Amino acid sequence: MPALLDKRLIVVTGKGGVGKTTVAVALGLAAARAGKRTMVAEVAQQERMSRAFRREGLGYSEAELADNLFGMSIDPERALKEYLGQQVGGALGSVLFNNRIFEYFAAAAPGVRELATVGKVWELAQPQRRDSRTRPYDLVIMDAPASGNGLALLRSPRTFGDIARVGPIRRRADMIHEFLTDARRTALVAVALPQEMPVNETLEFREKLRAEMGMKTQAVVVNSVLPERFSADEAERMEAVDGDEPALRAALSEYRRAKGQRTQLRRLKKEVPDAVTLPYLFEPELRLEDFEKLSAELERKLA
Amino acid sequence: MSIHELLEGKRIVICAGAGGVGKTTTSAAIAMGMAARGLKVAVLTIDPAKRLANSLGLPELGNEERMVDPERFAEAGLEMRGELWAMMLDAKRTWDEVIERHASDDKTRDAVLNNRIYQELSNAVAGSTEYMAMEKLYELHHEGRYDLLVLDTPPTRNALDFLDAPERLSRFVDSKSLQFFLKPGRLGLKVFGRGSGIVFSVLKRVTGVDLLSDLSEFFQSFGDMASGIGERAERVGELLGARESTFLLVTSPQRDAIDESIFFRRRLRESRLPFGGAVVNRVNEGAAGDDVEDDLTALLGDKLGRKVARNFEDSRRLAEHDVAQIARLARELRGEPLITVPLLDDDVHDVDGLAAINEHLFAADAVAAG
Repeated sequence: MPALLDKRLIVVTGKGGVGKTTVAVALGLAAARAGKRTMVAEVAQQERMSRAFRREGLGYSEAELADNLFGMSIDPERALKEYLGQQVGGALGSVLFNNRIFEYFAAAAPGVRELATVGKVWELAQPQRRDSRTRPYDLVIMDAPASGNGLALLRSPRTFGDIARVGPIRRRADMIHEFLTDARRTALVAVALPQEMPVNETLEFREKLRAEMGMKTQAVVVNSVLPERFSADEAERMEAVDGDEPALRAALSEYRRAKGQRTQLRRLKKEVPDAVTLPYLFEPELRLEDFEKLSAELERKLA
Repeated sequence: MSIHELLEGKRIVICAGAGGVGKTTTSAAIAMGMAARGLKVAVLTIDPAKRLANSLGLPELGNEERMVDPERFAEAGLEMRGELWAMMLDAKRTWDEVIERHASDDKTRDAVLNNRIYQELSNAVAGSTEYMAMEKLYELHHEGRYDLLVLDTPPTRNALDFLDAPERLSRFVDSKSLQFFLKPGRLGLKVFGRGSGIVFSVLKRVTGVDLLSDLSEFFQSFGDMASGIGERAERVGELLGARESTFLLVTSPQRDAIDESIFFRRRLRESRLPFGGAVVNRVNEGAAGDDVEDDLTALLGDKLGRKVARNFEDSRRLAEHDVAQIARLARELRGEPLITVPLLDDDVHDVDGLAAINEHLFAADAVAAG
């Protein structure tokens, strides 16, 4: 964990619905506890993080959520306008954005929105912010979109760089690409569930990331792992009971699901021996103290 | 009512919902169940879990439909009276087909297909994958080879993106606006208004001259087929609202997913699009019960009895949450069909798993009024 939290950027990715935001927030809390000024940036505009902190939507501004912990939701359109605005200056910027050609440019230039998004994350992670009065962050955690789109996002500087062969955007794209693929500064954390398909997707994602970006996955976190509440022996005793008792049915159902999860976990660990697990919390909705609990667990396991 | 009756007379079922709620599985299960009842069904998927494709005997789902080997169903003890076909949509390939269809000659076709901008375009135009899914749906619908088409919509960060896709594409290829890139002179200024010249030069400065000239070149070769593609996009959009089409909303009982479903239902209503009902997957089912710890310890001994009681408490709490979330959705549905599928002991990734789901989806009393 210290090594992980010493990066400037952690990209948290995974299939839809596996709990990326949960892991991103848990990592953020751990970093903040360690005294790091930390930013958790959501890029999928789902505003899931704000709920954990009982706040209204974050929007496109850097808001302090807890001690040392900041959050922001990055809208690609805003990020693109902000960047181009910085390039061309105020009055000209507004002419630019109110013109339909701009709309066309934003829609047609491949990867430009993704580039703007990842460019904003990059800017947040710089040791010296653009506005020198703004205090820099020690660590930025990006809550990335689902794996496929997440990969497209990480690839966008390269994609765009290949298309715009010269000019300021090209230079910036190259810098961002270099930053993302530099293991000393950027780490990638993949989130999975202990189920067949998410495990497959995690393994494929690791492979693709290596092949297409030359990047290594720093850590795999398996979310929502059920406890081993019942032994095989106990399951047998329960199965032997006559009659339809709902409590027994629930217990056996959990026993079977937990068993299935362990099979998948073993399969994952064969490829990724150091994958870490987070427990399933029997909470319908996670509260801040639940995030704290998961955060402590992550800190312990990634140490 | 079962889902079979709910879909009576429909030719197109569009399964929509947030990521990670079991959309692909639900689409495949519905397609399989309808096929088992005698229809010729094709399921179109974008994001196939590989194992699902494998289990259907389709190791390489491609941009063409393939029939699932009836043997697979026999092995799972299923009587298959119709046919189940499946395909995985390749957005880039479908784009290429669109270009090939609309290009007036080979030269134009090649100019577009080889353009660097075009080659990245399938990822670039917002909603492009979504649109291509509909495009394929439209094509299959018109060929008329299937009784029923089930579309598993792409995993978008927001299911609403899907609905806007045809309009966005029509706007994108709107030939009048493309004029600027064709003749960035006086006409461009007229169409786009004051400031266009400045805008162009500013963009040129920031992006480098290459990018804009490539864009111009792309639009020039793309321009003559734009109106054809635009018209087709409009017809594709119309198909979504046709009487023989219906949307099924797939969700889980998680708050985020329910929130998104409620928005989606409203949006369908605003757009006057046909709605079939909602399927809520992975519902924790907990029977209401009194304190059972004493009975359990008597039955199983102290240690195990207490553990079972504790487990039951947990599962009841999760079940209560799910009931509350589903009730929120039901209020939005105002009596429209609602189907719940319980959390199963095994995760679903094969024909057996789909069959297990279908025991719920196709049960005679599956559909409740929301």
